[in-house]
Amino acid sequence: MSTLHTVNKSPFATQALVSCLNHAKAGDAVLMIEDGVYGGLGGTGLTEIMDEFGKNVSLYVLSPDLAARGLDPKRLIAGVEGVDYAGFVDLVAKHDRTQSWL
Amino acid sequence: MAYEVNGQTVEHDEEGYITNLSDWTPELAEVIAKAEDIEMDDERWEVVNFLREYYDEYQIAPAVRVLIKSVKKTMGPEKGNNKYMYELFPYGPAKQACKIAGLPKPTGCV
Amino acid sequence: MSDVKKFLYLNRRAPYGTIYALESLEVVLIGAAFEQDVSLAFVDDGVFQLTKGQNTDGIGMKNFSPTFRALGDYDVQKLFVERESLEERGLSEDDLIEVVYEDEDDDWEEKPAIRVISRAEMADVMADADVVLSF
Repeated sequence: MSTLHTVNKSPFATQALVSCLNHAKAGDAVLMIEDGVYGGLGGTGLTEIMDEFGKNVSLYVLSPDLAARGLDPKRLIAGVEGVDYAGFVDLVAKHDRTQSWL
Repeated sequence: MAYEVNGQTVEHDEEGYITNLSDWTPELAEVIAKAEDIEMDDERWEVVNFLREYYDEYQIAPAVRVLIKSVKKTMGPEKGNNKYMYELFPYGPAKQACKIAGLPKPTGCV
Repeated sequence: MSDVKKFLYLNRRAPYGTIYALESLEVVLIGAAFEQDVSLAFVDDGVFQLTKGQNTDGIGMKNFSPTFRALGDYDVQKLFVERESLEERGLSEDDLIEVVYEDEDDDWEEKPAIRVISRAEMADVMADADVVLSF
């Protein structure tokens, strides 16, 4: 059993992403969407935490949300993968359930 | 509510601003102008085109004083003044010309 | 005019995820008609509003970042951005759009409207305002 977690809030504004990561199981995936995509940014105070969790969970960002915010994919933390809407659907299909962190 | 152009209908709101900005064509501009009792000529087209360029660059329809100031800057003081602009568009250069240009109602008109 | 007040619009939210950023900008544009002394402050996630290269084609929302560049036409000439907020988010001044205004007192020369300042200076900007509007 594995879970796809979605986070749609900026990690600099709420604890949603950190709380999500603290609850995710090895083998789960975390997809950052909307303002959640800021969590994928490298060179921030959160990068170290993200690197650590990235060893056990797969990290994704929704590319259209990243582009809307003017963030080049090159700025993403190594290991964070961009997906489009079809990729979002694939992730939902691949995991047993989806949990939203609002 | 809709305008008719070449057998096509183009939706507009209760004030006459078109609903979908991508529906705009120069032919539609002539139709909207007619509904506003305005005959389009080179001078009026110059203002309408200016507004469309302004929107393209800044994603807003400028308020009337901003429009007049910007026209003054690019086309000179003989055009960038209240008298000239209100003669072209008697019911408000920003409101009326924006409508004809297929833009939303100006932001910052009070 | 003697009753000009200093208005500070305080922006602390990222664009698009919520409506705050766009609403703030619209209030600024409408409020500009009242000829007050207007400044904008970008603090915390608010600094994300000014990033270069925003492209909203994929999310079906309007990209309003170009509208910040029209603020000079509306006589809004001061956009204060907090340096620490940028740094905490891995950003620098180079990642921000360019906004200019024409200085009436200096032969209409174009000058940058964005001023990156420290947190301490931002505190002074806030304390100096007569009215702070938060978004």
